[in-house]
Amino acid sequence: MLNQLGYYSLIFGLLFSVLAILQSIRPVVNKSNLISKNIYFSIFLQFLFVILSFTFLTSSFVTSDFSNLTVFNNSHTEKPLFYKISGVWGNHEGSLLLWLLVLTLFILIFVITSKKFDNKYRLLTIFFQEIIIFGFFLFIILTSNPFTYLYPVPSQGLGLNPILQDPALAIHPPILYIGYVGTSLVFSSALASTINKNINSGWAKHIKKWVLTSWIFLTIGIMLGSIWAYYELGWGGFWFWDPVENVSLMPWFCLTALIHTLLVLEKRNQLKNWSIILAISTFSLSMSGTFLVRSGILNSIHTFANDPARGLFILVFLFLLVVSAILIFFLYSKDENKNINWFSKDALIIINNWFMMYFLSVVFIGTVYPIFLEVLANEKISVGPPFYQKLIIPFLIPFLLTMILSTRLRWVKDNIYKINIKQISIFTLMSLLTIYFLNISDKNYLFASILISSSFFLFFNSLNDFLKKNIKLSQKISHLAFSCLILSILLNGIFSSEINTNMKEGDQINFEKKIIKFKTINFEKENNYKLLRGNFELVRPGKNILSFYPEIRVYDQPKISTSEADIKTDLFSDNFIVFSLLNDEGVFNVRYQNKPFMIWIWISSIVLAIGGFFAIVRK
Amino acid sequence: MTGKKVKFRFAFLTLIFLSLVLIVFLIIKSLEENVIYFKSPSEIKNLSELPKKKIRVGGMVKKSSVEINLDKINFIITDFKNEIKVSYSGPVPNLFTEEKGAVAEGFLKDREFFQATKILAKHDENYMPPEVKEALEK
Repeated sequence: MLNQLGYYSLIFGLLFSVLAILQSIRPVVNKSNLISKNIYFSIFLQFLFVILSFTFLTSSFVTSDFSNLTVFNNSHTEKPLFYKISGVWGNHEGSLLLWLLVLTLFILIFVITSKKFDNKYRLLTIFFQEIIIFGFFLFIILTSNPFTYLYPVPSQGLGLNPILQDPALAIHPPILYIGYVGTSLVFSSALASTINKNINSGWAKHIKKWVLTSWIFLTIGIMLGSIWAYYELGWGGFWFWDPVENVSLMPWFCLTALIHTLLVLEKRNQLKNWSIILAISTFSLSMSGTFLVRSGILNSIHTFANDPARGLFILVFLFLLVVSAILIFFLYSKDENKNINWFSKDALIIINNWFMMYFLSVVFIGTVYPIFLEVLANEKISVGPPFYQKLIIPFLIPFLLTMILSTRLRWVKDNIYKINIKQISIFTLMSLLTIYFLNISDKNYLFASILISSSFFLFFNSLNDFLKKNIKLSQKISHLAFSCLILSILLNGIFSSEINTNMKEGDQINFEKKIIKFKTINFEKENNYKLLRGNFELVRPGKNILSFYPEIRVYDQPKISTSEADIKTDLFSDNFIVFSLLNDEGVFNVRYQNKPFMIWIWISSIVLAIGGFFAIVRK
Repeated sequence: MTGKKVKFRFAFLTLIFLSLVLIVFLIIKSLEENVIYFKSPSEIKNLSELPKKKIRVGGMVKKSSVEINLDKINFIITDFKNEIKVSYSGPVPNLFTEEKGAVAEGFLKDREFFQATKILAKHDENYMPPEVKEALEK
């Protein structure tokens, strides 16, 4: 019953999206440019039907209705309610329905909030956005229907992958999707204003809110995924340069560049074409991200068992969208008279945009090259983390320095004699700090020292910015957070230490003046899994003893075992113990890690997003 | 004045061109250094010479082949036509079990023996490495 209701809601939603396409393009074609009440009506109903359909799917999951194939594949009666609900988007079909839900919600918000803009621009934006929505409706109905009927009805489902039963991962996809989907609205709006020729500071101000919203959600979404990888995968790293991670990072680079370009557009009415190009690429990258993750083309450790036919649909759809976007751009864009002085805030923002594009292309090549090689030469490869580190880290130095300089320069034109006493004192302070940090580490790289000092330079400059009145609060917060992020990632990378060893109950080992004791092991039983809980003690010289209780869980449905790390966090470092069962005689593989400044990576990412939030709410 | 402007523009374009060349060179060079090839056990059997660089070997973990010692784990990766012995010490991922897909990264000692430095298991319990799937379908 729920199946049919959900499916027919989707069909009705599809019909209203077709209606909205017609209603939005007709006034533009006959040049009346009138927005009729009907179009609001269609967009609202379209949203209503998608939300209905989503509700039906959710209730199928909650009531464990196994006549639904998606529910059967991904749920189980024994599963806690929270994970039954998150199971809705923990799979391909449901996650696409969520995409669609956010798409239709965003277009609704757009029509309601854009009333002061001219009608042609609004109609065109609705038109482009509805085409994307229509594509997604078709995609879901034709290739990934979440309401496939299953007969005979099984009595029990196959269960959700226990690795995915985790609070951070449960909310990670919806948040990331809001970020992705927001870029689609930026895309439609950019195309609409290219045709309507209203790319100006008013438009920049208006679209900036959408760009920032997507950026905030994308930032948080990437961070959540990274936190999950950190504690759930039990490897202790937080970023693996895995293709699936890369595809979420690429639109982030693009959006960050776009935010800054829009500042220039808003203040100086410059960089119109560049903003449009960035808007188009951001969306293309988000879409291809979905495509790459969902098609199973990527040879990634994240790979989901999936059907390549779906990938083909997204690929064709994406290709059509991008080609028409490029066509529209070339047909309608005008030459702008560039008026940029090379020593001004504008110019430095452009330079940092280029750096962003460079980082983006490194990640892009590293992600896409293996796919090409596999298609062309039938050779399977993967690109290791050193590739990215080598190509990105050196360029961070000029990037950070430009970032510092750009906040100190005025718009339009400035002179070069701005280096004053304050800068010199900040520079000395940061050199001293760098020397201190390098002394306590045994790695004395010249390179690391320059990098750390430039991030400290940025850090103190951003702190100093808080005293200034003419800088926006959002910029102060975000730039400070960004410098903290870079710093904590660097220090974390340099000072992390770990030991891997096999231990039995009662063993103890020494590691860097610390003693790790494996005290006891207990067997317990929970609702849907059995668990082995280890008790470890970490004795550190001059500090209190830490007790750890990492777990090995053996789930009933499906039969999988996972290791749950136990992490003790304080302001300066994380201590991390994870263990896994090696054989039946009670030998365990134990991994202890010390990760300095880990918590600051998460804190600064959140503060970074908060900075974006301030940019939306404050003028 | 125009001469100065033209000169400046020319210098600017040269600079951009040179940095582009440098960037392309850098990217290609580090790609060459950091690419890790992926081989199946059958491909390794047919290699004309042993690669000295780090490679990945993927396939299914053979049934009842996992044997655990105090300092290392030995197991066999198979694509159901050929197989290779793998030795590894370190943490194994959550989804590593017999009769499931796994990828080992490390160095090839000879055509029968692989010294792994890292084990990757796939996130999805039903996932099967593509080449194993191909081998099974043949």
